[in-house]
Amino acid sequence: MSATTLHIAFDVDQVRRHFPILNREVKGKPLVYFDNAATTQKPVEVIDALTSYYQYFNANIHRGIHSLAEEATAAYEATRDTVQQFINARQREEIIFTRGVTESINLVAYTWARTNLKAGDEILISGMEHHSNIVPWQLIGEMTGAKLKVIPVDDNGELMMDEFHNLLNEKVKLVSVVHASNSLGTINPVKEIIDAAHKVGAIVMLDGAQSTVHLDIDVQELDCDFFAISSHKVYGPTGIGVLYGKRALLEAMPPFMGGGEMIKDVSFEKTTWNELPYKFEAGTPNIADTVALKAAIDFVQRIGKKQIRLHEEELLQYATEELQNIDGIRLIGTAKQKVSVASFVVEGVHPQDLGILLDNQGVAVRTGHHCTQPLMNRFGIPGTTRASFAMYNTKDEIDVMIAGLQKAIKLLR
Amino acid sequence: MKSIAQIEEEIVEDFSLFDTWDEKYEYIIDMGKKLKPLEDEHKKDENKIKGCQSTVWMVSELKDGKVYYRAESDAVIVKGLVSMLIRVLSGHEPKEIINAKLDFIDKIGMKQHLAQTRSNGLLSMVKQMKLDATVYLAKMASPNPSEGGA
Repeated sequence: MSATTLHIAFDVDQVRRHFPILNREVKGKPLVYFDNAATTQKPVEVIDALTSYYQYFNANIHRGIHSLAEEATAAYEATRDTVQQFINARQREEIIFTRGVTESINLVAYTWARTNLKAGDEILISGMEHHSNIVPWQLIGEMTGAKLKVIPVDDNGELMMDEFHNLLNEKVKLVSVVHASNSLGTINPVKEIIDAAHKVGAIVMLDGAQSTVHLDIDVQELDCDFFAISSHKVYGPTGIGVLYGKRALLEAMPPFMGGGEMIKDVSFEKTTWNELPYKFEAGTPNIADTVALKAAIDFVQRIGKKQIRLHEEELLQYATEELQNIDGIRLIGTAKQKVSVASFVVEGVHPQDLGILLDNQGVAVRTGHHCTQPLMNRFGIPGTTRASFAMYNTKDEIDVMIAGLQKAIKLLR
Repeated sequence: MKSIAQIEEEIVEDFSLFDTWDEKYEYIIDMGKKLKPLEDEHKKDENKIKGCQSTVWMVSELKDGKVYYRAESDAVIVKGLVSMLIRVLSGHEPKEIINAKLDFIDKIGMKQHLAQTRSNGLLSMVKQMKLDATVYLAKMASPNPSEGGA
């Protein structure tokens, strides 16, 4: 029986039992963890996968002839198959393991973009990008002479699609946009972006850091050229991520880093590259975390992405309603399509003060610019307070946050 | 004139009266609100100590061999902590400031605000206060000491 057929009825109490960290207290209060867009907590299945790797089959992969190396290799490669199926990639060779979304984007920047862009070309990003989907393109722009253009964001935190279509022309060679915004929650119309970009001959990279955990990802249906995933935002370990790329593009790209694993033959005169996906996986990879990523994806699929999404949507709706009752609050990010992120500012109150006082109530939220400074400038604010919800959160926890907010605001004003 | 260590001890005693974190923060927020605001002319980039989330502006001057600090922040809790640092360090000789242990912050349970989380400018502020003191000390030791803002 495959993992996906094991759906159980969604029961948040049941789900919470899988996450040991939710039993702890912060400042003498039960932890309310609402910083899931930064990183999700790990189910015991993932923690067990990590420890069992180190306890039973830790070995360096691919080259070893002994049993441990074979077992470790099998487990590592099994994660590749799971990821392939998870995002519906055509082939397992299209799944490259990286350290995370940042490295995935940099890999494409330093290989595909550096060799394919020239002066006069344009790279199109959006006004709601994380710094990791801005800075690599600025660096490549400096190297190649390609220009960075930005799709503007409207007052609701949605991309201005008319402007996007205006900006699109045959000079645009690459469009790199965030699938779902980490600061606002906005789900972008990526299918429309991809189809339009392909018509002018541009390729499209999607930053899936936030979307992978919430939405069904089908890279074939999306037809994106590159897709970046972060494991630790999908209930998996830190330090591991994925770059999906269409095979033809990956084949044509030069290697990113040189070293072991990624070579076929090495001589001092000439080195030939290993085949995909190993060409892009130089050195001993992060084996343990990759192995445990499979446990995370299996877990998500067992609970059921659709059920998780329905639960998170309910939480977002409830939180949005409750937040709006607070005097002087302004929601930042009111797009029609959102993942479970509630970002807001409170008149006359600094987000950092709110964050400290909420922490004092055991509530973990994120405050600040969320590594999206240009977006914060767009809204004329230095930062927001952001609550982001995951499968294990509850309405009761939202009540705790709202009470904490009211108490904090009273104190701070 | 109390020593830095004595003032630190006073603050620790003040905080020992509080039973809960709520009371501690209430007190710090109150001090933040009471901190005399810095004139706008001082809120310029060269006086800025930037954290990832909040900003501190600080100016100092040397008067009769002692360093005086004034500062402000856009976040109230940081402002309260800043006000405590000023209460502890301002009006002392550079040498005493440079050698100040400042472990009262740990003793009152506010060490997390000095952690390297980039979340605020407090740690940078402590460094800047000591750096200013070091500059004044060097000026005082030089043959032509010129007093004024660092």
